[in-house]
Amino acid sequence: MVKKQSFEASLKELEEIVREMESGDLSLEEAVKKYETGIKQAKYCNDFLNTTERKIIMLTKDNEGSLKEEIFKDDSNDI
Amino acid sequence: MMAEKPTGHIHTVSTLTREIKTLLEETYPFIWVCGEISNYSVPASGHSYFTLKDQQATIQAVMFKNQKLKLRFNLEAGMKVYGLARLSIYEPRGTYQLIFEHIEPEGAGSFQIAFEQLKRKLSDKGYFDPKFKKPIPYLPLNICIITSGTGAALKDIIHISKRRFSNCRLEILPVKVQGDGADIEIINAIHLANQRQKAEVILLARGGGSLEDLSAFNSESVAEAVFQSKIPIITGVGHETDFTIADFVADLRAPTPSAAAELALPDKRILIQQVFEFRKRLDKSMASLISNLRHTRISLLSRLKSPEMMIYTHRLKLEDLELRLNRQIKAYFEYHKEKIQWLSDSLYSKTIKKRISDQQQHVKMLSDKLAHHFYVLFQKNKTKLIELASKLDVLSPLSVLNRGYSISRFVLNKKIITDSAQVKPEDKLETILFKGRLISTVEKIDG
Repeated sequence: MVKKQSFEASLKELEEIVREMESGDLSLEEAVKKYETGIKQAKYCNDFLNTTERKIIMLTKDNEGSLKEEIFKDDSNDI
Repeated sequence: MMAEKPTGHIHTVSTLTREIKTLLEETYPFIWVCGEISNYSVPASGHSYFTLKDQQATIQAVMFKNQKLKLRFNLEAGMKVYGLARLSIYEPRGTYQLIFEHIEPEGAGSFQIAFEQLKRKLSDKGYFDPKFKKPIPYLPLNICIITSGTGAALKDIIHISKRRFSNCRLEILPVKVQGDGADIEIINAIHLANQRQKAEVILLARGGGSLEDLSAFNSESVAEAVFQSKIPIITGVGHETDFTIADFVADLRAPTPSAAAELALPDKRILIQQVFEFRKRLDKSMASLISNLRHTRISLLSRLKSPEMMIYTHRLKLEDLELRLNRQIKAYFEYHKEKIQWLSDSLYSKTIKKRISDQQQHVKMLSDKLAHHFYVLFQKNKTKLIELASKLDVLSPLSVLNRGYSISRFVLNKKIITDSAQVKPEDKLETILFKGRLISTVEKIDG
């Protein structure tokens, strides 16, 4: 399984694997292992890009000085 | 009515002008003047020519290229300035003008100076040193935005973030971005964001404005807060050309709020494309590896022969070799047989036989010759022997005795006596005669 890591690290590892695979220096066993890891990293990256939820919060202080989080209304209608 | 011709001194234009020149230039060697720039022009010489004016009056002015080099800003028409100048008369035209040594923009000048001073101070403290710049996260999903809650900057940032990477969490800390207390609010917001430890990056933003408008971003206390922040800060203040102190201290400076959002967030479509490309290349290289191995296998297989085939090949080879061996041996025998035949033929040829009989004849002839020579030699020596024997017979003492001679010798030692001196009386002598011997004793020696 792919360990929980940053998107950047995952993307970098994927890139490194692709480079190694393309070098053609790997044995079949190594290549299969790398390929499996690469597929997992690619999936991890894609999941990462798609699952995070969009949220805009306005953080304000009320009269007593305590913090208040409220959803910011995003009124821009363009994409 | 005509004026009378004066009787006193009459000036020429030149002398009059020269006197005015001397008078003015000595009276106003260096003067401070303020006014608004108009009719501004810079010909090819690089000097600046303009008119300095106020509501009632105008005066021609020039600032030479060398003096302009020291200015921190560009002169522009409409700009209100004050500066140090000397008054000068241009004799050929009879005009006077101000030659500026130094010009400051009115009002903003002190800000400008303060800005430069603070900038130098913080630079000396190392606040702008690249080694203190924190790396900006590659894909920050929690972004803190410190800006006006109502300004265009916030709208721009939200818009850009939506376009580039819509599913991220934006936390807005609304602050005053200009006027009294703006710097305090900005500092507090930076501290709050650091306390919450939620954001991966802070965007400190504000739309364009005058130097006074941006003063909070040029304050030392804000610079301090930006420098101390544990969370990396991207600034996007004003327009492209505006540089604030906060920009210099920030970990990354964007020219505008929109640009700050762009620098903070990668474009999701590009990332997806990138992952897709990597995935494609991964599949392609795997497929090519497998296809290569398959080709290798086929090629190896084609080179691999069954043992049966090898036996068959060897058998064929063996047969061929056997055949060739037999042929060779046969040829060899044939050849030698022929050679022997030839040699024996030559060995037993008539010439050889004849040579043998010749030799035999020769041997016979030689042996005949030998026998003949031997016989001749024998006869010759036989005759010689007979001859010599008769000679010897003549010389024999016996024959002398025969003729009456005798030989005397001592009985004792058989020594032959040839002289009477040899003999003493009473010696016993033996006398050999032809026939028989006499023994006698010596009586007298007659000598």
